[in-house]
Amino acid sequence: MNFGRLSADKLGEIISSGGAKPSEAISAILENARSENRRLNCFITICEEYALAIADRIEKKISGNEPLGRLAGIPLAVKDNIITKDIATTCGSRILDGFVPPYNATAIDYILSEDAVIIGKTNMDEFGMGSSNENSYFGRVINPINDEYVPGGSSGGSACAVAAGLVPWALGSDTGGSVRQPASFCGIVGLKPTYGAISRYGLIAFGSSLDQIGILSRNVKDCALLFSIISRRDYRDETCMAAQYEYGADDIGQFERLKIGLPGEYFGEGIDPEVSRSVHGSIKLLEKLGCEIMEISLPNTDKAIAAYYIIANAEASSNLARYDGVRYGFRSEECKNLEGMYKLTRGRGFGDEVKRRIMLGTYALSSGYYDAYYLKAQKAREIIRRDFKRAFSEVDLIVTPTSPTPAFKLGEKIADPLAMYLSDVYTVSVNLAYLPAISIPCGKTSSGLPIGMQIIGDAFGERKIFKLAYGLEKELGFEF
Amino acid sequence: MSFRMDGYECIIGLEIHAQLLTDSKLFCGCKNSYGDTPNARTCPVCLGLPGALPSLNVRAVEHAVKMILAVEGKVNGRSIFARKNYFYPDLPKGYQISQYEKPLGSGGQIRIESGGKKRFIGLERIHLEEDAGKSFHQAEGNGYTNIDLNRCGVPLMEIVTRPDISSPREAHLLLDRIKLIMRYLGICSGDMEKGALRCDANISVRPDGQAEPGTKVELKNINSFRGVERALNYEIMRQKSLLEKGKRVIQETRLWDEENNLSHPMRTKEETQDYRYFPEPDLMPLDIEEDWIKKASGELCELPAEKLDRFMDEYRIPEYDAFILISSCELANYFEDVARISASPKLAANWIMTEVLKVLKDNKIEIDRFKIGAKQLGVLIKKIDEGSISGKIAKEIFADMALSSENAETIIGRKGIIQLTDVETIAGTIREVMKENEENVRLYQNGKSKLFGYFVGQVMAKTKGMASPKMVNKLLKDMLDGQET
Repeated sequence: MNFGRLSADKLGEIISSGGAKPSEAISAILENARSENRRLNCFITICEEYALAIADRIEKKISGNEPLGRLAGIPLAVKDNIITKDIATTCGSRILDGFVPPYNATAIDYILSEDAVIIGKTNMDEFGMGSSNENSYFGRVINPINDEYVPGGSSGGSACAVAAGLVPWALGSDTGGSVRQPASFCGIVGLKPTYGAISRYGLIAFGSSLDQIGILSRNVKDCALLFSIISRRDYRDETCMAAQYEYGADDIGQFERLKIGLPGEYFGEGIDPEVSRSVHGSIKLLEKLGCEIMEISLPNTDKAIAAYYIIANAEASSNLARYDGVRYGFRSEECKNLEGMYKLTRGRGFGDEVKRRIMLGTYALSSGYYDAYYLKAQKAREIIRRDFKRAFSEVDLIVTPTSPTPAFKLGEKIADPLAMYLSDVYTVSVNLAYLPAISIPCGKTSSGLPIGMQIIGDAFGERKIFKLAYGLEKELGFEF
Repeated sequence: MSFRMDGYECIIGLEIHAQLLTDSKLFCGCKNSYGDTPNARTCPVCLGLPGALPSLNVRAVEHAVKMILAVEGKVNGRSIFARKNYFYPDLPKGYQISQYEKPLGSGGQIRIESGGKKRFIGLERIHLEEDAGKSFHQAEGNGYTNIDLNRCGVPLMEIVTRPDISSPREAHLLLDRIKLIMRYLGICSGDMEKGALRCDANISVRPDGQAEPGTKVELKNINSFRGVERALNYEIMRQKSLLEKGKRVIQETRLWDEENNLSHPMRTKEETQDYRYFPEPDLMPLDIEEDWIKKASGELCELPAEKLDRFMDEYRIPEYDAFILISSCELANYFEDVARISASPKLAANWIMTEVLKVLKDNKIEIDRFKIGAKQLGVLIKKIDEGSISGKIAKEIFADMALSSENAETIIGRKGIIQLTDVETIAGTIREVMKENEENVRLYQNGKSKLFGYFVGQVMAKTKGMASPKMVNKLLKDMLDGQET
């Protein structure tokens, strides 16, 4: 049995009903991951001993008739910017090479307490900065649908591992589209929850006011299940204010009539015709299924990319100051004094894209430029947020393409940062407005590349998102 | 008003950092205390480990709000935490969480009493921030620096004054008063030696009559109360001598060297860092409800200035005495109890300022560990005031009480001290003394009234100090004046 190909839901059922021994299932999963990783490079770390030890504990629980957690024996991959106690956590960066954290992220604690099995840490663009997973110190990741294409980023490793059937699901993180865009490029489901729905405690910060842990899975139901487990309040994160999402299978099973808004700004210039056709096709289907489709406007969408890159980079320039070689991670030893240590450590520890963004962010916060950049970006953010607020007074959900294009080729945009930044054009507004959104597969190009559709909800409106996504998934039935 | 010295005047402002007395640190659960094994009191949050996030300790906010109310400042309904970005090895996150554009408190004033005059020093702001760790540079050997992060995240309250201070003496008095207020409120130990209270000063000097302000120089590393005055005096002399030579004072930050009594340049204005402040995205805006402020305001204790005024007014004691007695809340309370029980505030004040404080100083203890309770001392002083025991005997009893904690009566009984109140016995002793000093009696009766004290001494000596001084005085006067009883 190829355990990794099963849905999390199904795999959990098999394990808890005694249909497979956890240690055997996990061994098989690990074996497969190890062998596939040579080609895909989606894992930075595969933690065999750690995973087998958890499998062992679950077996003891089963034989001792102890109650099992809701995720008992289900393997999980975790993006390498989420802190895992005793498992190296690199953030895709040389500067954290060899860093083994002494604590767990809150989301990891929640998952472990339900007996899930972490099998490895996934590759990513360094510190989440990138849209193609080509900015990793640990090498680029391959799109499992087609070897010549990028898996998207920055949660490229997680998306790849799930799409390749190595694990049923994975955790990622989304600051400007880093879960949704790779999900769409790899033909899977990717959820970016409402800001504050999942504790950020233990998520290595990139843009603190935008970052959110997200979920990558092969179906909507699994996504909702995992979300229900990690979406809980945490006193260690003041910005976490989750109204706990209770998972109910009935919930997503019911497809109800919803008002769907289509923002004209997301279907204009720059969109790939195949993407446009596919998303429009799905919208027709929604209409047929009884949804009310409305044209809406989000007039300040054109300010999103600029505002996003100023805010995210400003926050990043401060968040990344702690990597100074003093306490953990990489330190360049070839220095004579403190300043030399900083310069050599950071100069060699960070990759080009990270350095570019630190400089941009530092500039935006500098005295004399703060008002013109950072403050102005915050104002833009506020009006973008108001656009959505207005829209959600009329519609239940907003549907857009996830990305203007399907996956692009490896190396295609790496020399052109601006073109790379523009691939986030449909996803960044959601982060700026603190909203939840999901990407689900809605079609494929003539060459067989997946196309993703984005469903945006109002704050803490994940339940509604799941309903529509599940209904559409049933009708479309895409499997890559 | 300004402090004039030989044709120059100076303008001073202080920035004071006070560590708040909370159980835990400002943004994590680590214990807030002094010392300990280096890096023992740390966690992912105060170590600035990747992924860790701050969460605000409300107790620190309560402490700072008390201070703001105590100085009649405005508690802002919404204040914002901000990141102050700079690199230093003992600053683990590469930024300090502080408050910038919207501090917790704005305005306010503090009264000081200088040479019988009252002065009000205005405050700019009061805000909360986290402390950094400590670096220990190895002077010899490998050239490494050791870092102790125990202090990281200790809550600090920063108080910024307006440039209202006009002399080094006033700066010293202000710092003393701030310490006292914080101790009254129970929010800071004020211990400068342990770094619980730290002070930076801004000073500019200009010739009298010059309209434009002098160049501002910042003084850092002032580690003692007296150091403030010394550092500022040194700076005034330095700037004055530059100006007199026709040289320019440059805008800079200087480090005070307490040991050598001088300051060194640290950095000039050109090297001023850009801290790139921006609102801390990991913390919510700090909103404080009006009701909460009202409640805190109602719970404030009597503050030093009010107490000083009340003591002078209610107990009719001089400012100097009142000043000493309010130097701690506990001492002030002790005094008030003794004054009430003895019914003699002036005598109570004298005894506390001399006898009690001497014992405290000799034994290096505070009033709460003093063995003589306020009631016991009150009773003793009452006896002196009534004249039933002499001051000399009272001191003997006091010394005994300070060791044994026994009541005055018990000691009197144990030591066999008899209070001589029998008129006949005392009159008999007086007669003896008069007989032995006929020449002096004659001189006294001829107008040398100064001799009265001599006779008192003789009588007290003969009775081994046991005679009631009040009776001795009365009888002696009558008998010397020839009104034999």
